Formats: sequence, structure tokens, C-alpha cells
Amino acid sequence: MTDRHGKPRGLRRLMNLRIGAALTGMWCVVALLSRFWTPADPTGMNIAQRLQPPGVGGVLGTDQIGRDIASVIMSGAWTSLGIAGLATCLGGAVGIGLGLYAAGMGKRTERMIMTVLGVLFAFPPVLSAILLGAILGPGALTAVLAIGVFMVPVFARITRSAAAQIWTREYIAAAFMAGKTRLRISMEHVLPNIAGQLVVQVTLQMGLAILAEAGLSYLGMGVAPPTPSWGRMLADSQTYLSSAPHLAVVPGLAIALAVLGLNLLGDGLRDLADPRKGGAG
Amino acid sequence: MAAFKRIAGRVVVNGIALLLASVVIFALVKAAPGDPAQIMLGTSAAPDTLAALRVQLGLDQPLIWQYLGWLQGIVSGDMGQSYTYDVPVSGLVASRAAVTLPLAALASTGAVMLAVPLGVWAAARPGGGADIAATVLAQMGIAVPNFWIAIVLILTVSLGLGYFPAGGFPGWQSGWVSALQALILPAISLGIPQAAVLTRVTRAAVLDLMHEDFIRTARAKGLSLRQALWRHAVPNALLPVVTMLGLQIPFLISGAVLVENVFNLPGIGTLAYQALAQRDLIVVQNVILLFAALVLVMNVLTDTLAVMLDPRLRGRG
Repeated sequence: MTDRHGKPRGLRRLMNLRIGAALTGMWCVVALLSRFWTPADPTGMNIAQRLQPPGVGGVLGTDQIGRDIASVIMSGAWTSLGIAGLATCLGGAVGIGLGLYAAGMGKRTERMIMTVLGVLFAFPPVLSAILLGAILGPGALTAVLAIGVFMVPVFARITRSAAAQIWTREYIAAAFMAGKTRLRISMEHVLPNIAGQLVVQVTLQMGLAILAEAGLSYLGMGVAPPTPSWGRMLADSQTYLSSAPHLAVVPGLAIALAVLGLNLLGDGLRDLADPRKGGAG
Repeated sequence: MAAFKRIAGRVVVNGIALLLASVVIFALVKAAPGDPAQIMLGTSAAPDTLAALRVQLGLDQPLIWQYLGWLQGIVSGDMGQSYTYDVPVSGLVASRAAVTLPLAALASTGAVMLAVPLGVWAAARPGGGADIAATVLAQMGIAVPNFWIAIVLILTVSLGLGYFPAGGFPGWQSGWVSALQALILPAISLGIPQAAVLTRVTRAAVLDLMHEDFIRTARAKGLSLRQALWRHAVPNALLPVVTMLGLQIPFLISGAVLVENVFNLPGIGTLAYQALAQRDLIVVQNVILLFAALVLVMNVLTDTLAVMLDPRLRGRG
């Protein structure tokens, strides 16, 4: 049932892709829906109904000030996906741009750019993000910047090595002969040929960004309350761990399912593009 | 000779990177709002007392002298004095490292011991039951935030079964049994995502080797698949696993801040986090530089190890 690279054939072939797309699609719908409709007001207090278990007060219960957890999770999806998405756009745009530039400009420029990016790579991500938070003040923009900046070297490395392979092809030489500039060749010939690999990376990095956003808001460096966020729900849950365990379980599952969806989607897209590669990520 | 040259080159490049990193760290810390003198003395302090303290801390000097003074101190092993604790930063870091480093070691050891057999088992029969189980487990392990694992472990093991402490650290002087007990659950929380990544790396590396000639030869000599895998494929597959582990360790240590926070452990992560909240910027500055140095040292080490383990890399410049 598998080929020589351990990839399943037949019905199970695109299982990753299917489950990943379903999970990711579900969270996108939930996040968008939360802008128009939630079962209850995600910021509305109701002390009389606080710490209700799932099923009694709403589908997923209520939290320490009586908010409907299902509604908070739905709005939290918007926060989480929004920040992770913007951060990935930022890191991806800058990183891919630098990677393309490095690959197109020959050895010396390439080495300089990659060395400078290597410095960024050496920064401890969580602590540096907290430091950025201290400089800029906590908030959505800080989170986007702090997460996005550390994706730049990742995208740049992948783009550079993928683009460098394309630059050795004959059709690039032909384009040169035709008088195209390096910029035009990068945009017209290199980028379209590595787009598949980059899409896979965008998906996987967005999963990591969701984890990072959750960590930052757990430490109080994410969006300010009362804007719902999964990470802060987990931080708040710790006070009520023995009396209301669902407070800790639900947001954690939400994070895990969102990240799992994106990872499976990324792996699935890789299988689709190149059935021989992958598996290690 | 080529190998030596390659490693020497890596040392130089990473040394330059560290120097650049120190400039960026210094600039970032200086950009953070809050006057250390004000924070040490409180809002009611008289202006001339504040000015005197700034002189004492060297904060009245031009930035370039402050920076060079910091570097000079580090070279001679002096990281300065903590603003809030009024003790040498180096001693503070060392006492916190006594929690974080054993924690990271425990997590990594556990992760390798779990991941390598699981990865080999999965690769032995691709698509089989073991492979599917390992792949699904690895996917879940990667997707779950480590601090959530920590919260769930406190909920189920500490509060539910009453086995390990739910937080805090008694200190090594209270005996290593109770100290280790306090580190078990944090180590599991840190180790699970790492084990998941390593399982995938091991599986992929062994799969790649399964069709090499030397495995076929080993099988032709009459070795069973299991014997051929463990004797010939696994030693070769260890290179990518060790490389991945080496690159992960610095991130494991700096990422420990979340797990340390959940378990209220006095580690390096919590030290930096609290120092930042208290604007003890000299501590923040040194801890982040230490982490950057650790990343770069691990880069050089994994590179060196790769050259030593794989003779084919020695020829390349």
C-alpha cells in the first residue's frame, strides 16, 4: 500500500491534505462567523452563571466571569488566525523578497544577506518577543511584529536555496540572452517555479505562528483584554484548575486543532506537489 | 585540512554573528522604556539621588562607552550587577541555570529515547500499523503547545493522581530526589513536542537508507530486517537526528520560559521574564546574549560533528 518512500497509495494517499484542509477551513469559517454571530456575547459578563460545566451553561460551559466559552473560543479564532496570518504575511513577504534577491545577486551579496539573517536566527524567539513587547507595549501589532520578524530568516533560507537551483537552469540563461533584467527573471521565471514550495512553507509557518501567538498572549504580551485570545484563556484557567478543568482543556484543544490542521495541510500540499519528498518536515 | 578549514570558517562567521547580535541586543535594551535608577529608588526619589545612582551605574556615559564597557566586562567574566537583586548577574544566571539546564537535559534525553525507537519502528514497515500510529502521534505532538501539556499534566497527574508536585522547586540542597521530582512533569511537557519532531526526522532518515546498497548487502548476508536496521541503518540515520537535536536545544532552553512559568520554576526563562517586568535590563541584556551565544555555539558544534561523522563532507570547502 505504499511506494518505496513510505508514502501511502490509494485511498489514504491524500489523507493529510483532506483532513488538513477540512480543519483549516473549519477554523477560517468559525473565525469569520464570529465577526457576525456568536451564541452569546464573548465579552459579556454574567457572574451568576460563572464556571458552569459544558452542557449546563452553553455548549462548552462558562468561564470565571460567566462568559460563554464557545463564543470566546470563536472570537479567539479570529484573534489567533488574524495575528498568525498577518505575521506570516510579514515574515513571508520580507523573507521571500530577501531570499530571491540573495539568490539573484551572486555569491558576495548572497553571503552578506544570509550572515545578517543568521544573526536574527540566533535570537531566542520567545524572550526576544517579550523584549519587543516591553519596547512597543503589548498589543496585536507587537505580536505580529515579534512573530513575523523571526520568520524572515526561515523564509529567506528556503527561498534562497530553492531559487538558487532554478538559477542554474538553461531557460534562465535564455532569458538573460533575451535581455531580461535580474529582477524580471526573478519575478517571471524564478518565483513561479518555487511558488509551490513557498506555499507549503507558508502553511507550516502559520501553524508555528499560532503556537507563538498563544505563548505570547499566555505571558500577557498579546492582544489586550477584553479581546478574546486562546493563550490568555489558558493563563486565566490556571487559577480554577481543580474546580473548572474545562477552562484549561477547551482553549488548548482549539490551539492544537488549528495547528494540526495547518501542519497536515502543509504536508498534504507537499505530497501533492512532490510525492517523493517530505515526511520529515 | 579541508575539514579544519571548514570548521575554522564556521567559527569566524558565527563569531561575527555574535558580535552583531550583541549590538542589536544592546540597542533593543536601550530602547526599552524605563529608567533603571528610577525603578531601583522608586518614584519618590530625589532628582540628585537619581543622578548620583545613574553615575554609579555608568548610565551617564555615552552609549558607545556603555556598550564597550559591557563587552569588556563579559570578556573578563563580569556581567555587571543586577539592579533589583543587587548581586552579580553571573551568579544569578548560574543559580537559575542549575534548574533550566537539568530540565533541558532531562527533556532531550527522554525525547531521544522515545523518538529513535519509535521512528525506526515506524520506518521498518512503511504504511503499517506502527507507522500510522507513530505518524499520528508525532503530528499531534507537534501541534500541541508545550505549556498546555504542562497545564494538563498538572490537572491529571499532580491534582488528579497526586504523584508529582504541581509547581515550585525545592532546590538541589534539599536532596536530588525531591528536586528531580519537581522537574519530571516540566521535562515531559518540554520533551513531547521535541520527541515528535525527532520521531519524524528518524523515520525519514531510516526510510532514506532502507534502499541503500549496504542494507541490501546486510539482508543478503542473512540479517533480519530488524538486525539490518539497527546495526546498519540506525548509526547512519543518527546524523540528521543529532543535527536536529543540536539545533533544537537552544530553542528548547529559551522556550522553557513558558513551561517554567506554568510550574513556577526558578529557571533562566523566568529570570529573564521577571527581569524584564522589573526593568532589570542588565539581566535581560546578558541572558539574551547568552542564548544567542548558545545558538551559535550549537551551530558550530553540529557542523563539526557532521564533518566528523560523515567523511564525505570533509572534502567540501
